[in-house]
Order: sequence, then structure tokens, then C-alpha cells
Amino acid sequence: MPSPAPSGSTAGTSAGLHVSTSRASAERPRQAFRRGMAQAVPFLLVMVPYGLLFGVVAQAAGLNLLQTIGFSVLVLAGASQFTAVELIAQNAPVLLIIASALAVNLRMAMYSASLVPYFGSARSWHRALVAYLLVDQSYALAIANAEAHPGLSVPQRLAHFLGAALVICPPWIIFTYVGATLGNIVPAHWPLDFVVPITFLSMIAPMLRTRAHVAAAVVGVVAALALAGLPNGSGLLIAAPLGMAAGAWVETRMIRRAIMGRG
Amino acid sequence: MQFSSPTIWLIIAALGVGTFLLRWSFLGAIGNRPLPEWGQRLLRYTAVAVLPALVAPGILWPAATDGRPDPVRLAAAAATLAAGLLTRNTLAAIVAGAAALAAGSYWG
Repeated sequence: MPSPAPSGSTAGTSAGLHVSTSRASAERPRQAFRRGMAQAVPFLLVMVPYGLLFGVVAQAAGLNLLQTIGFSVLVLAGASQFTAVELIAQNAPVLLIIASALAVNLRMAMYSASLVPYFGSARSWHRALVAYLLVDQSYALAIANAEAHPGLSVPQRLAHFLGAALVICPPWIIFTYVGATLGNIVPAHWPLDFVVPITFLSMIAPMLRTRAHVAAAVVGVVAALALAGLPNGSGLLIAAPLGMAAGAWVETRMIRRAIMGRG
Repeated sequence: MQFSSPTIWLIIAALGVGTFLLRWSFLGAIGNRPLPEWGQRLLRYTAVAVLPALVAPGILWPAATDGRPDPVRLAAAAATLAAGLLTRNTLAAIVAGAAALAAGSYWG
């Protein structure tokens, strides 16, 4: 087995994204698992306070402890859980509650499609496990890992994903329980709403390597702002495909120009 | 709230199954069949198109300030983006954004 990494190296235990591709390709699954865990640690900034908050909000809406935990275990999708509980508190019709919360999660189908090239050849129960653990944060880490290290095998990618998911998903459930039993222990004046934008931007900024990536992000953002008035964040379902199309279009143009030799 | 316990569980179960099926959809059903080139080209830009678009309205019009643009939050978003672009390092970007947010909240 090729082993370019110096012995005793703790590659990727801090910020993680700077492991060289050759070193990452030589990782054992266990090392990839640990690298995934290390890279996921900053996202605890999101999972811990929002898990607490969900526990508090669900209790306030009148759910019992088991139902509150059931939400976080079975749905495992923060924004849609908040949407559902808010509508439950308002006594909205059951079908409207289900439809609205699922609309918030429609982006997960786009995540699922975009992971096919990286996990498509994994065993079917592995793919089902990836699907269950697919949240915004684990998705962002999986894509960043796949793009930074194109040579990884499926077991290496899978181990990295599961390591990241182990840090991201259980705390959501645990801190839902803590919030439901202890009440809110996050000071009210903290600008908690901004933890999610900061962590998402921090994931995306290093990915903006090409003009095509920048075009996808800019078009997605502009369209999302223009469509911000649509209910339940459904503007995203138009904005995201527009951004993706912009990225693909710029990539096509760049390739065509490269072929014609005008750089 | 006036829902009975079975109704609440019905909502939770429907959301659990529905959300899993959304996540499983392509990954589970397509599996190892090759995607067409144009499909792969589109999907390459999913993350960079979705995640910034998801948070952009909340950055410009935060619910916490009743939708009024907030200089502290705008500065924190700018600091995160700038640090991420310059260092290509996620952790450095988070630290920069959190520091700008904390400083702005403290002195602002």
C-alpha cells in the first residue's frame, strides 16, 4: 500500500480541508472516518443550539417528550421540523402541515441526485444509510471532500461521510432532548439566527474555484433574493436550478473556448 | 394545540417517511446507472447553487430584526465570505464570521 504520509501524521485533524489529494487517497477507511469527524466539528455550532431550540419550541407547542424526540430521530431535518411545529401550534390542517414541511425538504432530492456520482455504486443499504443521514451539513462536507479528493474510493468516501454524520446527527437528537427537558439555556440576546448563514458560507467560499462555480452561486443567490416572497422557502426550488444551469452553461462555454484554443 | 397524540404521530411518521424518500430518491433508485453528461454537469453545481441561495434572504433581511438589513450581520457574512475565499479554509472562515458577529453585537 502506498504511504506518502509521514508516520504519525495527524493530517486533517484541525481544519481538515488541506490534506493533499495523494495523502487522502492512501487513507484507510478508518482514517477517512476520523477526517470526516474532525471536519464536522465546527458544525456543532449549528446542531447544539438549534437542537436545544427545537426541544424548547416543540415543548411550547404542546408536544410531549417522546413526540419531540421522535421528530428529531425520524425526520432529522431542522428547518422542516421548525416549520411543522410552528404550524402544529397554529392548529393548521394536517395535510397543510405535512405538505409545507416536505416542501422545505425538497432540496434534499437535489442533494440525493448530486451524490449519485460519488455513492451510486455503494451497496443499497449503504446508500439508504447515507440517505437517512443526508442533512445540509453532511451533504456540504461530502461534496467538499469529493471535489477536493477526486481519487477517493467509494469505501473511503463512505467512511468520511459516516464520520462527519456521526458528529453532526446524534447531537441534533441529544440536544433536542436537553432542550425539551432543561429549557433554553442559550442567552436570548445571542444572534443565533446567524450561525447557519456563517457555517454555510464558510463551506461554500472555498468551493468557489472556477468561474462556473461563482456563476452558479451568484445566479442562485440573486434568484433566491428576487423570489424571497414565495411561501415556505419555495423560491429556492426555482433559484437553485437556475444557479445550477448557470454553472453548467459557463462550464460548457469554458470547455468550448479551451477547445478552440483561445483560453 | 388541539391535535390528539395519534394525529401528532401521524404527522411525524409522514414527515419521516416523506423526508427519507426525498433523500433516498436518486441515490437509491438510480444507483450505479451512469448519468448523462449534461446531468452530471448540472449536478456539479448543486452545492454552490443551493446553499448560498438558502441563506441569502436571511442574510439580507434577517427575521430577528423584522426583515430590516442589519450592518452587523452583513459585516459578519462579508467577513466569512472574504476569509473563506482568501484562505480556502472553512474553519478560518467560521472564526472570521463569528468574530465579526461577536464584535459587532458587543460594540454595536
